[in-house]
Amino acid sequence: MALPRTKLLHGREVGTLAGLLALCAALWVATPHFATVSNLVNVVEQSAIIGIVAVGMTFVILTGGIDLSVGSIVALSGVALGTAHEAGLPIAAAAAVGLTVGLACGLGNGALITLGRLPPFIATLGMMSVARGIALMLSDGRPISGYPASFRALATGHVLGIPFPVILMLAIYAVAHFLLTRTLLGRYTYAIGGNEEASALSGINVRAYKAAAYAIAGLLSAVTSMLLVARLNSAQPIAGIMYELDAIAAVVIGGTSLLGGSGTVIGTLIGALIMGVLRNGLNLLGVSSYLQQVAIGSVIIVAVLVDMMLRRRARRAAE
Amino acid sequence: MIPSASEPHPRPPEPIVLRMFGIRKAFPGVVALDGVDLEVRAGEVHVLLGENGAGKSTLMKVLSGAHAMDAGRIELAGSEVAISGPRHARDLGIGIIYQELALVPDLSAAENVFLGREPRRGPGLVDRGAMVAASRRILQTLGASFDPGLPVRVLSIAQRQLVEVARALSLEARILVMDEPTSALTERETGALFATIRRLTSQGVAVIYISHRLDEIFEIGDRVTVLRDGRRVATREVDGADRRELVRLMADREIDERVPRPAARRGDELLRVEGLGRHGVLHDVSFRVHAGEIVGFAGLLGSGRTEVARAIFGIDPHDAGRVFMRGRPARISSPRDAIRAGIGLLTEDRKRQGLVLELSIRENIVLPVLGSMSRFGIVSRRMERERASKHAAGLRIKTPSLEQVVLNLSGGNQQKVVLAKWLACEVDVLILDEPTRGIDVGSKQEVYQLIHRLASEGVGIVLISSELPEIVGLADRILVMRAGRVVAELSGDEASQESVLAHAVGA
Repeated sequence: MALPRTKLLHGREVGTLAGLLALCAALWVATPHFATVSNLVNVVEQSAIIGIVAVGMTFVILTGGIDLSVGSIVALSGVALGTAHEAGLPIAAAAAVGLTVGLACGLGNGALITLGRLPPFIATLGMMSVARGIALMLSDGRPISGYPASFRALATGHVLGIPFPVILMLAIYAVAHFLLTRTLLGRYTYAIGGNEEASALSGINVRAYKAAAYAIAGLLSAVTSMLLVARLNSAQPIAGIMYELDAIAAVVIGGTSLLGGSGTVIGTLIGALIMGVLRNGLNLLGVSSYLQQVAIGSVIIVAVLVDMMLRRRARRAAE
Repeated sequence: MIPSASEPHPRPPEPIVLRMFGIRKAFPGVVALDGVDLEVRAGEVHVLLGENGAGKSTLMKVLSGAHAMDAGRIELAGSEVAISGPRHARDLGIGIIYQELALVPDLSAAENVFLGREPRRGPGLVDRGAMVAASRRILQTLGASFDPGLPVRVLSIAQRQLVEVARALSLEARILVMDEPTSALTERETGALFATIRRLTSQGVAVIYISHRLDEIFEIGDRVTVLRDGRRVATREVDGADRRELVRLMADREIDERVPRPAARRGDELLRVEGLGRHGVLHDVSFRVHAGEIVGFAGLLGSGRTEVARAIFGIDPHDAGRVFMRGRPARISSPRDAIRAGIGLLTEDRKRQGLVLELSIRENIVLPVLGSMSRFGIVSRRMERERASKHAAGLRIKTPSLEQVVLNLSGGNQQKVVLAKWLACEVDVLILDEPTRGIDVGSKQEVYQLIHRLASEGVGIVLISSELPEIVGLADRILVMRAGRVVAELSGDEASQESVLAHAVGA
């Protein structure tokens, strides 16, 4: 709920956090390999990829929309970077090209949805296919490999023992939290998701702020692709497949309403960590990858069921 | 509405069809019903009267099985029943017509009447012919002439209500509950509905009628039960009941139901509209609003009053005419432009168009002016709090804190939040579209006082209202609309409810 968002954590996040801690406690008991420093750092690092994509997804879902194209944008931004680098651009400029492409895809989504009045599901479904197709065309379906060590440090570097992707992820969450709680952009995002018509009638430029949410999602997909390329030393046109679903899962597990208007990035961070811990734990326990899918799907369903039950109760109490 | 002297209808005391004793219902934090008794006779129109939150709707939800009561007893025709749910209530002959109609818009009227109980013609096959014929028969007894094969979507609200009534009758309802059925009806439709109600009561159906409108009670009611704070305070015969007494019983304080007329104090011209038109909707609408002036827009539903407001505020496009603010042409193509030009619009549907229910009172109040309280896109919380509390304080919004989510407030308090929003905006011209719809008597008075205060501070007010006493009492000038045109302009002194109504209906 959108009660005082000034506090870092409130009711719903506390519940999600309790879920995360319970999961960690269970794994700690179940396997000696879970609660080691190196494994925990590894889990958080693994979560950074989906975690960053999920921040953009949170903005989009808060406006009442959905973005199915984030995974394809991850691939296209990476391939754009690779192509630019291969063509002789210095790596910094190539990275700028990649980020610009991601932002442009997001703005394209925003324009289709606000100016073209397409439902977000359709607009981003189309973008999902278009961006993937362009990534495959540009790269001829092959990975583009070989980047300078300075760039690869993005994924491999550490500061005070903390992997750089984790620091980047936390920084992005901090900025997103600030944007959502303290700025016009944030307030309007909640207002539009809560009641688009009332927002427009209050003089809010609904189109601009809705498009901004998709632009943020596109840009953060591109940031994610930088991390992926740096980690693999290779830009792959088939990168990011199914990321949209993992990101949506992190957002809804984190308590953001798919109807828009309520939720926080803190919740999303916890949601992303739950997904990461679950995957890691199941791997450590030697659960087959088939069964893992069943487990993860079940967690998503249960999390949303519980969330909706709580919401209904809150609404009934209000009436 | 003309409060006509209702014709005498002498009636022997009819048998009692419904008795509710000591009904109690508590929700977390609030006792909604605290031992309410109600007794309803066959063939009577029994009015339930009370402010918002008095318990009328809760009582009816208990009767219809939507809420389980915590304590109490219900007798139907003398024998005790334990109503287990909506379906059971329906089987017991209790029909409810809610304020927000519960029809499926894309199904036909006949399909709606028989929804869930379609006449069969073999397994899984619906007997359409029988369904349409039966619906037509019922609708005809209600005096309706439209084709029951038409989808509900194309029917007027009054016709939809008839579909609801027909559905209740097809279930052989002996007790029919109507929750503010006239709130969206025109005068003529209201008349037709009352005729339907009289027809039903003459057949022995008991009608429990919930309304805020005192005039209606005298027109249609036989007896009236007043609820206040979850208790029954009185039951009276409508004949011989006194209007002021009823208001006092509802509110437990003397409220002047009449609206005091403000002294005229016209300042400079603020808003000028010239020849506003939109094909098929508005024709050549012109008027001026001066500082400190209250300009009333009267007219039946669908006469174009709301459409004028929407066109000026930049929601709907217009294809003719110009709008001036303080003598300068104002180019308005969106609500943003309108607010920038100094115009505010309080819409008639506060939940859908006025509020973001999941945001707090503070966040709702400052929504239109947030931009002016931010630097580099970062909102100043201090300025926000100051502005919100300044405008909330003057309106006496009943809440422990401005951080309360608007969803949890009563209708009257929600409306005050929307008003506070436009006060915080400090607009020059404020258009109020049905500002007192669905709010209780006490809140209404506060809204009236606020309108006066704004006018005395030099704001130009455009007041759109279906409540004739309200518009006649408040406005300095009244423009009457009919079929998209302004058909009369009356000064506040010469206007009476009768004269306004006569222009509105074209008499």
